[in-house]
This record gives sequence, structure tokens and C-alpha cells, in this order.
Amino acid sequence: MKNWKYLLMTTMVGSALALGACGNASTSETTETPAAETEKPQEETAVLEGKVAGDGSSTVAPIMEAIVEEYAAVQNKVQVTVGVSGTGGGFEKFIAGSTDFANASRPIKDEEKEKLAAAGIDFTEFKVAYDGLSLVVNKDNTWVDSLTVEDLKKMWVEDGSVKKWSDINPEWPDEEIVFYSPGTDSGTYDYFDEVVLDEADLVKTATLSEDDNVLVQGVQGDKNAIGYFGYAYYLANKDTLKVVKVEGVEPTNETIESGEYSPLSRPLFVYVKNSAVKENPATYDFMKYTLENAGDMAEAVGYVKLPDADYDKGLADLEGLK
Amino acid sequence: MKYIDHNSVVKRMNSRLIVNRILKTLFFLATLFALLTIAVLFYRIITQGVGYLTPEFFQNFGSRFPAKAGVKAALVGSIWLMCVVAPVSLILGVGTAIYLEEYAKKNKLNDFIRMNISNLSGVPSVVFGLLGLTIFVRALSLGNSILAAGFTMSLLILPVIIVAAQEAIRAVPKEVREASYGMGATKWQTITKVVLPSAIPGILTGAILALSRAIGETAPLIVIGVPVIIQFLPENLLSQFTALPMQIYDWAKRPQLEFQNVAAAGILVLMMFLIIMNSIAVFIRNKFQKRY
Repeated sequence: MKNWKYLLMTTMVGSALALGACGNASTSETTETPAAETEKPQEETAVLEGKVAGDGSSTVAPIMEAIVEEYAAVQNKVQVTVGVSGTGGGFEKFIAGSTDFANASRPIKDEEKEKLAAAGIDFTEFKVAYDGLSLVVNKDNTWVDSLTVEDLKKMWVEDGSVKKWSDINPEWPDEEIVFYSPGTDSGTYDYFDEVVLDEADLVKTATLSEDDNVLVQGVQGDKNAIGYFGYAYYLANKDTLKVVKVEGVEPTNETIESGEYSPLSRPLFVYVKNSAVKENPATYDFMKYTLENAGDMAEAVGYVKLPDADYDKGLADLEGLK
Repeated sequence: MKYIDHNSVVKRMNSRLIVNRILKTLFFLATLFALLTIAVLFYRIITQGVGYLTPEFFQNFGSRFPAKAGVKAALVGSIWLMCVVAPVSLILGVGTAIYLEEYAKKNKLNDFIRMNISNLSGVPSVVFGLLGLTIFVRALSLGNSILAAGFTMSLLILPVIIVAAQEAIRAVPKEVREASYGMGATKWQTITKVVLPSAIPGILTGAILALSRAIGETAPLIVIGVPVIIQFLPENLLSQFTALPMQIYDWAKRPQLEFQNVAAAGILVLMMFLIIMNSIAVFIRNKFQKRY
């Protein structure tokens, strides 16, 4: 009998401790708030409160993380959350009305537009940065230097044949090409599919992964491999990968920004719900902050900033929504 | 003794011993394989992550700089999540088990229920995530809050807890129950004073396994739409939050190599969390194990 009571006591003490841990956490937050608040008036006149929620592309996520991190120092009462469900998943939540903005690494599709219209959600598109889809091969690959879009199409489209390097150029080795591609739910795949493959099927032998680091490692480990992913992943692994020129142009900050690296340089988007900007001052303020800082933050995390005029146009559009 | 043919016994002895030895080595190798895998995993995670395991790591929110990135939001979020999952799943799970074992009559309907509960424990976690998204997040409009995620996780681990608690309750000897009735105790008194105390070790073993699963699950959280980028701590059960596995997953996907190490540090935190939770449960279990 005594043991049973003992258990009751342990559970009670245990749960009290557990709940105490929760309580502790929230008190530590409240103690922090005033400290940050005292610094604020110098930077920003209006203290805003509210919630802003977004979701979407994992390619855009590093930029948003940097922006949210900086924004929290300016407006620490505004609770911004950003999920990383992928471009498609982000739009799904945007359509369901559970988010205020959606991050996307491709333009919105027509079917998504229709669903948004059916749900009665008006939105505005903002560009936040450029990314250059980078095609990479193994360091030991001595033969490939530049490929044309035609070559890429020949390589990546599924046509039932076994793909060999010698099919593209007879001087290249008679060995099978090993393909690595981002997963089909990513905007990166969609973009490549649209621009290079004309929406044809990707080769079946390709290894697909939602984690771009798997692609990086795959290409690093196989002499006959080729893969593509966002510019940031190439930058981070510059020393261990060889980048392929597309139509004779190598992806660099300059060629991506000028649009010379075509057709694989792509804009990254944030889609915002108009009503959220209108009704929630916190959303407006956060979006304004995003557009003002997206360029610098993009460069900081390995993307390329847009020409200043584009951000100014975005800001003007945002003002028009208010 | 005279019926035993000594010759044939001696003839077969050698081969029997050899088979015995082979099987022993085989099973030892199987154990060794599991241990080695864990050792390699630990070694890799510790060498990668230990450098990032500083006090600041626990005090900082996520950051674009690997050196400044921290698990504060994720760790606190996971603790909040457990504060919901543990009581909800234990009360519902043990309650169901008591009903099924002690009160429910043996009929086709109850057999059907029992069978389905066992089947439910094999359902992939993504499916529970979708269920949570439809019911808790959308229909009950709890949003991607701690409460919605906690309920979803509770549903996910409920079958495991129910089955474990059922086994534990069933293992209590019939004689003990009968003795209790013989002393004039009612059914409820017998359950609370006799059956449950002796079933506690078994129930807790199931609960440990189930809660460990809940704390490491990522898929249902992704489906519910739990955010990763978050710079504030939850204030109440309806706040938004992020959890350790989400944060680790996000770091592991980053392009910069340093973030792989930050992810390893995150895994270390998750493992420490698990070990602390498990040792509390083991401690309670040992307190009660000496009854029979």
C-alpha cells in the first residue's frame, strides 16, 4: 500500500518538476523582454505586437531565417514563424489560410492560383533574391567543361535508353552517367523540369533526395556523376565540386544578377496575403523589413541580390496594399 | 539407463556441441553488430558536435551563423510538448487498458477493439500527422500549437502504451486479485491498491518506449506545419513552437558544413533529454519491481 502512495507522490513531484521546467522557460522569456525593450525606442518608434506566419521553400528558408533573426532584435513583440515544408507544401498551407505568406523557389502555378481564388485569398508576389541552379560534376571529371541546354535535355530526359557520356560528345568516355536531382516536391526540381526538360520525365535512374547534401555527397563520390542544386550548396562545396558552364557561362554572383547565366538563374519569391498586410500592421512591418533587407541577407547566406530597383518596386507594391 | 544406446549418444555428442558453439558465436555476433553500430554513431556524433555544445548553445535561438545558432526554442518546445504528451497519453492509455482488461466482457466487439488497437501501433507516423492536421489543426482550429502537436503525438503513441499496459495488467496473478476480493475489497479498490501497483513496472517500460518515440518523431510535426524558424519561446499551450527533431533536420539540410556539426550538437541534446527522461522512468520502475 505504501508503495502506491509513494508512486502517487513521485508522479506528482515529477509532473510538478516537469511543469516547473515549462514555467521556468516562460519566466526566463519575460525577464528578457524588458531588457530588449529599453533598447528599442532608438531604432524604431512604433512598438508592434502580433503574429506573422509563413511556410514554404527550403531554398528560401536560409534567407528568411536571417531576416527573422535580425527582425526579432528590432520588433521583439512580433512573433514571426516560418516553416520549411517545401514550395508545394507552403502553397498548400497558404491556400488553407493558415499562413500569411508563402516562400517559393518557383513562380506560382496556375492551379494554385485557381485554388487561391476559390478560397477568396488575394495575394501579391514579391521577389526577394536570385538563385543560380548550379550543375556540378565530380572533381576528377576532366572532360566536361560546358554544356548547352540541348545537351542537358538529352542527358536528363527519360527516353528509355542508357545514358552515357559518349552520347553527348563522342570524345567523352563510354561510361554511364550517374544522375543526382532534388526531390519532386521541391521548387528546384519544378524549375529545372520546366526550363530544361520542357516538363518531360526526368531520367528514371536519377537518385532523388529532398536533402541537397545527399546530392553533394553523391556527386563528390562518383567520377561519372552529375547533379544540380541551388547556388548556395555549390558555394559551400566549391573546393570539392566542379561547376559546369551552361551555354558557356559560369554561375557567379555577377552572371546570375545580370541574367547572363540563363536560363538557370531564377528568382526566389515571397507571396503575401493582401488582407494580412492590410489588417495586421505586424505583417506589413515584417514584409517591409524583409524587402529592405532581403538583398544583404541573401548575399550573407549564399544567394544573389536583386537590382535595387526590384526591391524599390516591391516596396512600392507593398505600400499600395496598405 | 539400460534403454539408452551409449554408442549413439557418444557418436552424436560432437556434432551437437559444434552446433551449440556455432549458434552461440552467431548470436554473440548479432549483439556485437548492434553494439558496434551504436558505438560508431556515438563516436561520430560526439566528435562532430561536442565542440558546439557550449552554454550559449542552450541560450541562443536559431541563427544564420553556425557559431551563434542555438537550441533554446527547440529544447523548450520539446519540453512543453512532453508536458502535454506524457499526461494525456498515460491517462488515456492506462485507462483504456484497465477497461479492456478488468471491465470489458469477452465478446466479439471487444475482441475487435483489441485487435484494432494492436494494428494501430503499426500505422506510419505520417498518417497520424494527417489525422492531427485534419482534426486538431483545422477542425478544432488549434493551429500548429503545442496542444495540437501534443494531442497528435499522444494519438501516435497511445496504441503502444495501451498494449504494454494491457500486458502488464494481465501478468498480475489471478490469486492476488482473488485474495483481494476475499478480503472484501471492491473492484475499484482491487484495481487501485493491488493490480495497478504491481503492473506499474510493465506500464512504465511501455511508456518509456512510447515517449522516447514521441520525442524523436519528425514526420507528424512536419505534416502539422510546425515552423522551424522561430525567435520566441512559447507562452502557453496555444503558442507556436518548434521541437528538437525539426531543428536538427533543418540544420542537417543546410549547405554550410559547419551546420552539420551544429546538427550533431542538437542530436547530443536530444539524446541527453532522452536519457534523463528514461532514467526517471527506470528509477520509478525499480522502486516498484520488488513486489513479486
